[in-house]
Amino acid sequence: MTEFSLTAADFERVSVERRVQTIARPSLSYWQDAWVRLKANRRALVSFYIVIVLLLFTVAGPWIWAVDPTVQDLDQLSTPPGADRRAQIVQPYVPWNGVFTTINESLSDTVGATTEIRLAQPASTQTVRLVWDPVLGASGYRVYRNVYDPAPDGAVGLPLAEIYDPRQVSYEDLLDLTPTRYWYSVIATDRNGREAEEYTTLAVDTIRVITAAEAQTRGLVDLETLLSLGDEVRVSFHPLGTDYLGRDMLARLMYGARVSLFIGIIAPLFFVLTGILYGSAAGFIGGRVDQILMRFADFVVALPFLLFMILFKIAFGIGPGESGVVPMLVALVVLSWPATARLVRGQILQIREEAYIGASQLLGAKTHYLILRHMIPNTVGVILVTLTFAVPTVIFVEAFLSFIGMGVAPPTPSWGSMCNEGIQTMLNHPHELIFPAALISLTVLAFNLLGDGLRDALDARMRSRE
Amino acid sequence: MYAYTLKRLIQGVITVWFIATATFVAMHSVPGDPLLNERGVNAEIRRNLEERYGFDRPIFDQYLIYMTNMARGDFGISFTQQNRSVNDIIREHFPVSAALGVLAIVFAGLGGVLWGALTALYRNRLPDVIVMFLVILGISVPSFVIAALSQLALVGLNDLVGFSVLPVAGWGSILHMLIPSLVLGLGTMAFLTRLMRSSMLEIINADFIRTAYSKGLPPTRVFIKHQLRNAILPVITVLGPAIAAITTGGFVVELVFAIPGLGRFFVQAVQQLDYTVIMGTTVFYGAFLVFMVIAVDLIYGLVDPRVRLE
Repeated sequence: MTEFSLTAADFERVSVERRVQTIARPSLSYWQDAWVRLKANRRALVSFYIVIVLLLFTVAGPWIWAVDPTVQDLDQLSTPPGADRRAQIVQPYVPWNGVFTTINESLSDTVGATTEIRLAQPASTQTVRLVWDPVLGASGYRVYRNVYDPAPDGAVGLPLAEIYDPRQVSYEDLLDLTPTRYWYSVIATDRNGREAEEYTTLAVDTIRVITAAEAQTRGLVDLETLLSLGDEVRVSFHPLGTDYLGRDMLARLMYGARVSLFIGIIAPLFFVLTGILYGSAAGFIGGRVDQILMRFADFVVALPFLLFMILFKIAFGIGPGESGVVPMLVALVVLSWPATARLVRGQILQIREEAYIGASQLLGAKTHYLILRHMIPNTVGVILVTLTFAVPTVIFVEAFLSFIGMGVAPPTPSWGSMCNEGIQTMLNHPHELIFPAALISLTVLAFNLLGDGLRDALDARMRSRE
Repeated sequence: MYAYTLKRLIQGVITVWFIATATFVAMHSVPGDPLLNERGVNAEIRRNLEERYGFDRPIFDQYLIYMTNMARGDFGISFTQQNRSVNDIIREHFPVSAALGVLAIVFAGLGGVLWGALTALYRNRLPDVIVMFLVILGISVPSFVIAALSQLALVGLNDLVGFSVLPVAGWGSILHMLIPSLVLGLGTMAFLTRLMRSSMLEIINADFIRTAYSKGLPPTRVFIKHQLRNAILPVITVLGPAIAAITTGGFVVELVFAIPGLGRFFVQAVQQLDYTVIMGTTVFYGAFLVFMVIAVDLIYGLVDPRVRLE
């Protein structure tokens, strides 16, 4: 048997903490709750950061990458990103008389192939000088140039020259030379001017060259630097390459973002605001006025949207090929407000019937208090969601209009018009299409996902049931 | 039902009248002179031209003439293509756009319903994740980019096979329609897939589905008769706006694929400021869309017995 010995401590009172009633979490306001929900949604959060980066790209970008988007770099037309920038210093251009033979054969009905094509001097972007052996009985020659090997299907490419003098066995190519590989084909012509069946092709790799004077005037080297022949300089740097006129793609994308995002954000702001005013007026006044107002909104909804966008632009006196950001904005606002108006009206009608409004009135709340304290906070979530979803739509509209040539006109870049230009050359220079298209897609994607996240966070009734 | 149909039709006619009036007002507030780019216009020729297009009359008369002509279905004569009436242009080129659009709607509808049902059945598993990723991509990439890329892919395919499997551009056979209508329907298909998925998810756990399973129906029958049929209803409601999206989306696709549809003609008319063609086409498209939406609403009433048309 064990012994018990009680001490005075055993008779102390047990503490009287009432843990049972503690509220475990601090209470959250509507906006705090929404923010917590948004942060928990990873897709929406990433989209939110993307949107911020895009805005920085637009606003701060031109400060960091201070290249004029309208300046043409004629050394680098349609250059993809990461292209070789080395250029060799050469002498200024010296005219060339070409090579002539003295043989004067009688012309024949059929001629053979050119036997060999040589380069009179190393090929460069300054000039490519071709010399070939005379073909017996030829009445002349035709020179073609292609950017891929014509051997498989006989596509000799761009006709450069037609030489009618059979003694001339040379040709100098000065046409838009870029540092790449060209395939030159020389085809002899017979007495009747028909081309020979067979011909020879020469593959030529051109190297980029520049004269010392050019290098200095274009600011590639200091004016003090002495350049000798054969020195290497680097032509200016374009991180995302250049477009078909040699304009810097990165700078153009930044300036294009200004137009696209400006319209994409300002237009929804305006038409949502118009919609709120119109919708709440209809909702508050009610009755016959409401009927008439909403019927009118129905009519505006029925207007074929893109057709009227175009119609408005014409009505503003802005023809195709002229820039019109403001008419585009006005047209967007005039045509897009009814959706928001309907939404806000519905919300107001619904909230008016809610029990808490009645309770608030019972406690003596005045109309302005009801509006400020209940109506606005309870509609603002829905409106914010509408706003976010409106941005990608408007960006699409702008891109569409610029694409068909009714939006922003050159030289002002916008992503849509850059896509339009890029599509013309997409086979040879895909980067001119890919960058603006990717940016449009990324922006639209980010705003869509952010809208999804906001809807889940802000609007309890619309919360998507996952 | 008949009363409702009649009411909707009257509303439709009023809407078309509104569209026509808005078009008239918009086009007549264009600054400048529509006859200015006619070459070598002396006073007499000008008078003749004004008479031909009715510009010599007061504006309200012009409006009345325009409206009566339109009520008769006469859209006037083209500005840039003399002696060609807008009716001719519509008659010639609308069927092309319509064929393209119908095929696109079929693609979008079938694709949207099937993908949506599939993703709902495989919810949060690999097929769902992949398809939903593609859907988000389909919503985010502009149609002209998809059109251009699909052309590029076609060139690559034809090169690879060695002969022309599918034509890259142009018009003529059913093969020409295939890829453009697929591209045209893609955005709508993505949208419908999303809608179908969420409406399917709502139904998939409904009581009547459990009942159907518990009375021993085979899963395919439950899927087709109970799940699909109920989930498809919300999809039908958005077909009206979808038709509108596809009609206007046709502009770009017709442009990129060189299809002689009305959309391409409209863009051309805009670029040449061909007033009558622009007005005629706008009103025609507007009327078309208005009555399409009405038709979709009426069909919805027929398909879903729960919806009662007031």
